[in-house]
Amino acid sequence: MNTERDSETTFEEDSQPNDEVVPYSDDETEDELEDQESTVEPEQIRANREVEDNREPFRKDCTWQVKANNRKYHEQPQFMNTKFFCIKESKYRAANMYFLVLLILQAIPQISTLAWYTTLVPLLLVLGITAIKDLVDDVARHKMDKEVNNRTCEVIKDGRFKIAKWKEIQVGDVIRLKKNDFIPADILLLSSSEPNSLCYVETAELDGETNLKFKMALEITDQYLQTEDTLATFDGFVECEEPNNRLDKFTGTLLWRKKSFPLDADKILLRGCVIRNTDFCHGLVIFAGADTKIMKNSGKTRFKRTKIDYLMNYMVYTIFVVLILVSAGLAIGHAYWEAQVGNYSWYLYDGENATPSYRGFLNFWGYIIVLNTMVPISLYVSVEVIRLGQSHFINWDLQMYYSEKDTPAKARTTTLNEQLGQIHYIFSDKTGTLTQNIMTFKKCCINGQIYGDHRDASQHNHNKIEQVDFSWNTFADGKFAFYDHYLIEQIQSGKEQEVRQFFFLLAVCHTVMVDRNDGQLNYQAASPDEGALVSAARNFGFTFLARTQNTITISELGTERTYSVLAILDFNSDRKRMSIIIRTPEGNIRLYCKGADTVIYERLHQMNPSKQETQDALDIFASETLRTLCLCYKEIEEKEFAEWNKKFMAASVATTNRDEALDKVYEEIEKDLILLGATAIEDKLQDGVPETISKLAKADIKIWVLTGDKKETAENIGFACELLTEDTTICYGEDINSLIHTRMENQRNRGGVYAKFAPPVHEPFFPAGGNRALIITGSWLNEILLEKKTKRSKILNLKFPRTEEERRMRTQSKRRLEAKKEQRQKNFVDLACECSAVICCRVTPKQKAMVVDLVKRYKKAITLAIGDGANDVNMIKTAHIGVGISGQEGMQAVMSSDYSFAQFRYLQRLLLVHGRWSYIRMCKFLRYFFYKNFAFTLVHFWYSFFNGYSAQTAYEDWFITLYNVLYSSLPVLLMGLLDQDVSDKLSLRFPGLYVVGQRDLLFNYRRFFVSLLHGILTSMILFFIPLGAYLQTVGQDGEAPSDYQSFAVTIASALVITVNFQIGLDTSYWTFVNAFSIFGSIALYFGIMFDFHSAGIHVLFPSAFQFTGTASNALRQPYIWLTIILTVAVCLLPVIAIRFLSMTIWPSESDKIQKHRKRLKAEEQWQRRQSVFRRGASSRRSAYAFSHQRGYADLISSGRSIRKKRAPLDAIVAEGTAEYRRRVDS
Amino acid sequence: MAMNYNSKDEVDGGPPCAPGGTAKSRRPDNTAFKQQRLPAWQPILTAGTVLPTFFIIGLIFIPIGIGIFVTSNNIREIEGNVFMYYGLSNFYQNHRRYVKSRDDSQLNGDSSALLNPSKECEPYRRNEDKPIAPCGAIANSMFNDTLELFLIGNDSSPTPITLKKKGIAWWTDKNVKFRNPPGGETLEERFKGTTKPVNWLNPVYMLDSDPDNNGFINEDFIVWMRTAALPTFRKLYRLIERKSDLHPTLPAGRYYLNITYNYPVHSFDGRKRMILSTISWMGGKNPFLGIAYIAIGSISFLLGVVLLVINHKYRNSSNTADITI
Repeated sequence: MNTERDSETTFEEDSQPNDEVVPYSDDETEDELEDQESTVEPEQIRANREVEDNREPFRKDCTWQVKANNRKYHEQPQFMNTKFFCIKESKYRAANMYFLVLLILQAIPQISTLAWYTTLVPLLLVLGITAIKDLVDDVARHKMDKEVNNRTCEVIKDGRFKIAKWKEIQVGDVIRLKKNDFIPADILLLSSSEPNSLCYVETAELDGETNLKFKMALEITDQYLQTEDTLATFDGFVECEEPNNRLDKFTGTLLWRKKSFPLDADKILLRGCVIRNTDFCHGLVIFAGADTKIMKNSGKTRFKRTKIDYLMNYMVYTIFVVLILVSAGLAIGHAYWEAQVGNYSWYLYDGENATPSYRGFLNFWGYIIVLNTMVPISLYVSVEVIRLGQSHFINWDLQMYYSEKDTPAKARTTTLNEQLGQIHYIFSDKTGTLTQNIMTFKKCCINGQIYGDHRDASQHNHNKIEQVDFSWNTFADGKFAFYDHYLIEQIQSGKEQEVRQFFFLLAVCHTVMVDRNDGQLNYQAASPDEGALVSAARNFGFTFLARTQNTITISELGTERTYSVLAILDFNSDRKRMSIIIRTPEGNIRLYCKGADTVIYERLHQMNPSKQETQDALDIFASETLRTLCLCYKEIEEKEFAEWNKKFMAASVATTNRDEALDKVYEEIEKDLILLGATAIEDKLQDGVPETISKLAKADIKIWVLTGDKKETAENIGFACELLTEDTTICYGEDINSLIHTRMENQRNRGGVYAKFAPPVHEPFFPAGGNRALIITGSWLNEILLEKKTKRSKILNLKFPRTEEERRMRTQSKRRLEAKKEQRQKNFVDLACECSAVICCRVTPKQKAMVVDLVKRYKKAITLAIGDGANDVNMIKTAHIGVGISGQEGMQAVMSSDYSFAQFRYLQRLLLVHGRWSYIRMCKFLRYFFYKNFAFTLVHFWYSFFNGYSAQTAYEDWFITLYNVLYSSLPVLLMGLLDQDVSDKLSLRFPGLYVVGQRDLLFNYRRFFVSLLHGILTSMILFFIPLGAYLQTVGQDGEAPSDYQSFAVTIASALVITVNFQIGLDTSYWTFVNAFSIFGSIALYFGIMFDFHSAGIHVLFPSAFQFTGTASNALRQPYIWLTIILTVAVCLLPVIAIRFLSMTIWPSESDKIQKHRKRLKAEEQWQRRQSVFRRGASSRRSAYAFSHQRGYADLISSGRSIRKKRAPLDAIVAEGTAEYRRRVDS
Repeated sequence: MAMNYNSKDEVDGGPPCAPGGTAKSRRPDNTAFKQQRLPAWQPILTAGTVLPTFFIIGLIFIPIGIGIFVTSNNIREIEGNVFMYYGLSNFYQNHRRYVKSRDDSQLNGDSSALLNPSKECEPYRRNEDKPIAPCGAIANSMFNDTLELFLIGNDSSPTPITLKKKGIAWWTDKNVKFRNPPGGETLEERFKGTTKPVNWLNPVYMLDSDPDNNGFINEDFIVWMRTAALPTFRKLYRLIERKSDLHPTLPAGRYYLNITYNYPVHSFDGRKRMILSTISWMGGKNPFLGIAYIAIGSISFLLGVVLLVINHKYRNSSNTADITI
């Protein structure tokens, strides 16, 4: 079959993957991930489809219609409706159903074995707590909503602008916004105070990018809709797409004055943005309230659950099954007993001639009710409360607070805390996560000569040299630090012409926008690299001052010169370079270009003297992990330029494939360049990154770095953060490809594609020993995981299969391919996990998510992804736990994360301290919870052997009601919140303590059954010791020698004391609250019991409180106290003995550390006095990756951002229509 | 691009620096609670605490056990007040259906409950269209044998022993839980409109001649109504009070027990017993607790010794040096 052969032979056919390129465009992250099918669609077909789509422009999707100043045209419900008080969502549905069924069962008189309040009161309490929690959330949200809803802006009403509240804004309104206003809805920009109705917005809320964005109104609206009257009479009609969540896309048309104008995302101001640098602007509301794009985005929360959640659910099911089995057994016992004894006991006659088996059946349900406390009712809500508390502890942690940015750590979800203690794999982004993403100009190579080291003006290197003094330069910003005095010397002397040329290039060749405020220059750059370069040039005396549509003004060492800009050849990710063509005042035409070394070197002139030296310099820079750019220029003849300019003009008005046409034209002029040199920008590692990584590695956590950077950079950063060391053997894509290939062959020989059904053989890929690391590029990843193959088979699949036979063959081969792919993936993951470090470079966001998913799927390990940028969102959402760094790149990663903080190094505290504690607390809590419910409930079971299996309870109804709610809940909750086995300092000092969570040592099925067994044994002791005591007589005064009520009180008292002392034993961190709660619970039990057994309450409710006098009569007798003491002692002494033994014979690491706590503490203090904290190890660098963002060249050359005189009216209209035509055509 | 957007973020994220510099720091409070530094006691099970516990418990429990055992065994001489019990076996007074078949409101003297007993009392709720007082299966099955004790002296005529009927129920039961219905001069009037339980020979107001021990507050009745925990039980029947310090309450001799047999137990294979016993500071005769205390005390002591040995064996290996991480 065609496809199959295809898939078998690709290795040979395909050329080697290219390490340099990122496999495919990665801009559309979210949708690609959601819709796996479309992603594997070949580029070509997608392109074709786009062309097709464009041919019949956007009309078919445009069903949303808005008429300006006509609210009735589009009736929409407005703004957020706060939901108040709901009896909770799906999470609890099963549990709530269970208790509802119980309540219904209890309403049946034949079955009801407990008073109605015994289940209702705890249920109401649980629901009450849940409701209060929801209510608190809701009230907080409501308050926020109210604040937001009551913000004001100006809306046209009755032909005038009037102040209105946000909540009154409706679709179709025309509104006016002022500088620094939040935008209340998604609006179409009509006009603004700026020329050409430009509007600057800050989109930090949406995508986290802190630089300003430009939005432009249509020429026509800009022209006609400047005044209040015209706006009030504006009757444009907008047809556009339905509300959706694509922040960067918008399609629609404006129909006005019998003309239609296309609308795109450039003309839409989105809710959540802030108006900046614009005095006021006018807009038409297109989407309001819940329809806004940002709100549409908010609904998508992927509900993550923890391993313990799943485990807990299974355990609850197990208990449920046990409940049914036990009830069934007892029901059978009852039927038997009735037949043997009950039927002959005249005193039991109840007037109903029921058969023993029918009585047994009824008793089955009766026992379900009596034993229902086995299934812990308050488990879910308690777990939630504990997690909430733990989340707050994370939020409150001062040691995860970053004071420089005033950012505390934040647990954005409150349901995952204990999973933080179980992490196996960490997937980390590089830029902004491991590094600071603050670019500083560090070094440069000009004409083969490297500058930037510490040296004085006469080229002597010193280590302790002072910073260069830039005071001679009036434009210097004072924040720039540079240590090479020789470079300054060179610039000032002007001996080497290239030095000046170099900085001139940096000052002129960019797309930075400048804003002059009180004589202060403010640069707005598209990428931090570019900003760093322009600022550096400014400090070295070449200051970019101003630009217009076609000029640029530079201050060159004090002299201001204006150059006319002939063309800006903008950056994009394919070109990886940008150029500018200028005409000097002298009339020379020059092209300046900067870009990635690979692309620049291809376009250099043959005769370039410094080519080799620069190449060497680039290598040096790369090894110092600096990000590099090559700079070059060329002179252009007037004639040559004129010719080229013609082509350029033609291309820029091309109707189809304009971008490609432009690229081609650019390519023509960007050749035979003369190399000037290279820049090196430092992207500093964040503080404490290597320390954190080594700590985490000691905790047996594997760290994978996933980055878009190139291989060399990634490798360098690997060394910088000590992920890789000198003795690490590094494997690359090609190495492991062959390894996996051989493995696949072996597996095929063993059992073909069905090898996966054979018992898995664990044979390592590498010989044992040695430290290995894997560095793999995105292309290799695709190659190894057969991602390409799916593409290819997709093409084939697109052809419609003709015959049934063919279809069958095709599905078969597809299945075979799937199996093969799966096996490859598994092999890859196995191999990668044998390496101590894995670095994936040149990977797309989708691939990042894919890698995380692979590990998640095949290793069944808990994964954590940490990142800061929009390109990490997929990964963060895919991993079990997503952590966002709230850093330079802004909010987007944070918004989709589960935890966020400002610095990578806080990760160690989050995992090793908070995660570990949370895990231990949760495990202890669950173990105890199951224990206490079993110890409590199974007493009924033992008792049933002595009461004819009649479902008689062993306790008073009120005790059953309150046991879980009052007598045993608070101490365990407090332990779940506050317990710590070792302090945070020791947790960090001994990262090995972390492995208990990874290996699920503290809570698993074994532990669960041990807890149950403990509960069962306790319940036996609790029943049989009092039983022995009650066998004959009890009672000092001889009255009521062995009555049921005293018996119940004896067992209940022993139970309460036992479980509270047991939690005391489990608590390893006794604060006064713990002590108070434990003794308080016991005291509360006795207090309430004496109250409920008092005469007064019986007089008021004789039927509800039947135990009158029992407590006082029973607990007055030493005999009963002796019984209680004996029971408690027998319950607890074995526990103490076993714990002591296990601590002595098989001490865990935590036990050892606890035992020597004092010594370690003393040691620590001594060390602190001794050692000076190691600093400065973080001065390592990372290498170049050009910002992936497109520059502002388009904007600059269209002149929109620059104040210019208002063009004559007709010209603008003409231009507008021209633009419209252009867009429709393309 | 999906994100969890809510208005909170919008408010939080507000203008980065509010003009005027009034921006509040989001620095968490440095309190012991919030930083999880609450002063705490961190007990661990060391040999120093565990071993003494076991020894002390052993040393305390064994004497207590011996004390209880001896006391219990000494309850033999019929001195002091003698308690007369009747015992029933294989009688499931703790059966759920039986236990709930009563109306505490009625027994508490509630007049409406008197005439309209609770449904729980079925099928002993009404008889011949009249409400049963006291209703329910427990009351209906009240023990109604009469036991009389005679001392056969040297002379042939046996002397009846005085059996005290009162003082055999809990004070709270007699005075709080059980009350006769109000109104009426005589007890019979108070119970007007009700009928006796099916199995009873006499109505409830004819249980005793003493008005203070008749009706619902009849102590035999109260004792019966306090249901037993286990299917084999004994209930206090009568008190034999000590007459003087010099003579034993029941001197050695031959006694004669006269039983008026009313109560059928053969159908359910039950047994009836009569027990005469004195009691001590810790109740009646019951060897279990004493033996249990001695056993647990000994085990605890032994465990202490075993743990001591084990601890000694492993002590050397627990140094800080072996913290391997």
